Amino acid sequence: MSELSVNHLLGIKYITEDDINLIFETADHFKEIINRPIKKVPSLRDITIANLFFENSTRTRLSFELAEKRLSADVINFSAASSSVKKGETLIDTVNNILSMKVDMVVMRHPNPGASVFLSKHVNAHIINAGDGPHEHPTQALLDSYSIREKLGSVAGKKVVIVGDILHSRVALSNIFALKLQGAEVKVCGPKTLLPKYIESLGVTVETNLIKALEWCDVANMLRIQNERMEISYYPSTREYTQQFGVNKQILDTLSKEIIIMHPGPINRGVEITSDVADSKQAIILDQVQNGVAVRMAVIYLLASKIKQ
Amino acid sequence: MSQKLLLSAKEVNIILHRLACQLIENHTHFKDTVLIGVQPRGIFLADRMKNILEQEYKVSDIRLGYLDITFYRDDFRRGEKPLEANTTAIDFVVEDKRVVFIDDVLYTGRSIRSALTAIQSFGRPSSIELLTLIDRRFSRHLPIQPNYRGRQVDAINMEKVKVHWTENEGEDAVYLIAD
Repeated sequence: MSELSVNHLLGIKYITEDDINLIFETADHFKEIINRPIKKVPSLRDITIANLFFENSTRTRLSFELAEKRLSADVINFSAASSSVKKGETLIDTVNNILSMKVDMVVMRHPNPGASVFLSKHVNAHIINAGDGPHEHPTQALLDSYSIREKLGSVAGKKVVIVGDILHSRVALSNIFALKLQGAEVKVCGPKTLLPKYIESLGVTVETNLIKALEWCDVANMLRIQNERMEISYYPSTREYTQQFGVNKQILDTLSKEIIIMHPGPINRGVEITSDVADSKQAIILDQVQNGVAVRMAVIYLLASKIKQ
Repeated sequence: MSQKLLLSAKEVNIILHRLACQLIENHTHFKDTVLIGVQPRGIFLADRMKNILEQEYKVSDIRLGYLDITFYRDDFRRGEKPLEANTTAIDFVVEDKRVVFIDDVLYTGRSIRSALTAIQSFGRPSSIELLTLIDRRFSRHLPIQPNYRGRQVDAINMEKVKVHWTENEGEDAVYLIAD
């Protein structure tokens, strides 16, 4: 197989294991390319991509922009803060106005779950979901799995625990879908108030004791508390959260084996992980960032190959 | 489908030795020379050239790399089938080196055009030459000609020239295939 089964990347839910393998194999080539003295290929020189960010982002926006530029695509950037969205324009109108300027592909982050699915049904462009509220963040899950594959050889059969605010996390949901699709075992760990009620129905197990979860796993993906999505208090205090669910070097040293620490960023140092953990050899956080560019290049390249001449 | 034998194993062997001698004539010790096999089909010929040069003509330390041109091609989104990439394996810089591209068949010249762009990612070579086993005359889309050619072939566009290698197809041979 050398073609994706989908025309958009809206979520991991909509793609297959073969799609993931194809994206990873393509990303391997791009990873080699971005480590060359000249890190650019001319493949997408006749493609224009719009990055529409209706929600704040640093890492993802930069990573997408870099991936697009490494492929020689023309890039336009849009952020909601400085746009006509504030003047009452609808999402479809905003996007159709941008598309009328001959844009081929849209990378969108939006605070509402399902925004990218909605858009894919109403506009004529290939859509990549760069995060839709607390729903999905497919490219993050792909780069996380890619990083695990790079470090451990494969994802199948590995034990991964996702720790933190599972309730508000699109990274958690996309990771669960991606890891399960590739045959990994997944556990979630966090305060009960931050675990969705029916999370087990996704085929994951629940653990509220951090030490037990870390003792079980090969990889721990540490998530940030998403205060911006919380309208009520889900735990007594940040200090208490850190005491129960924060990972520090002492905890890692007591474990019977060396586990891999991942974090999608941004890190709240001293809350979910301490600095000595974030900067340790066990952490592959910066590898994740580098892999993010290669994986996004692969996704963009594979979707672009479906754009009609 | 009919196929006609253009070159037998013996003829291929003679040609490879002649090409090796021509390379030695121009590059002597290969001190500043690097051989680059163009993926996917050029790598078999490139491996052969390296082996012949090293084992039969005792030229030591030949540097050989493989170059994938997929992301540099000019027919992205234009063909029926999606393009599939291959591995690039060049663990040296080509800055100021004398590069010899090696491919099995030179047809339209578009692959070599892509390779000329791709190699720039690894530095600025002092010169670039082209070695091909088969040169399909009269079918070029671009002003590209080989410096070292095994055999010139006149074939119409409907026909295909296929090079077989022992390590891949079980025999050394070149066929002209017509639908």
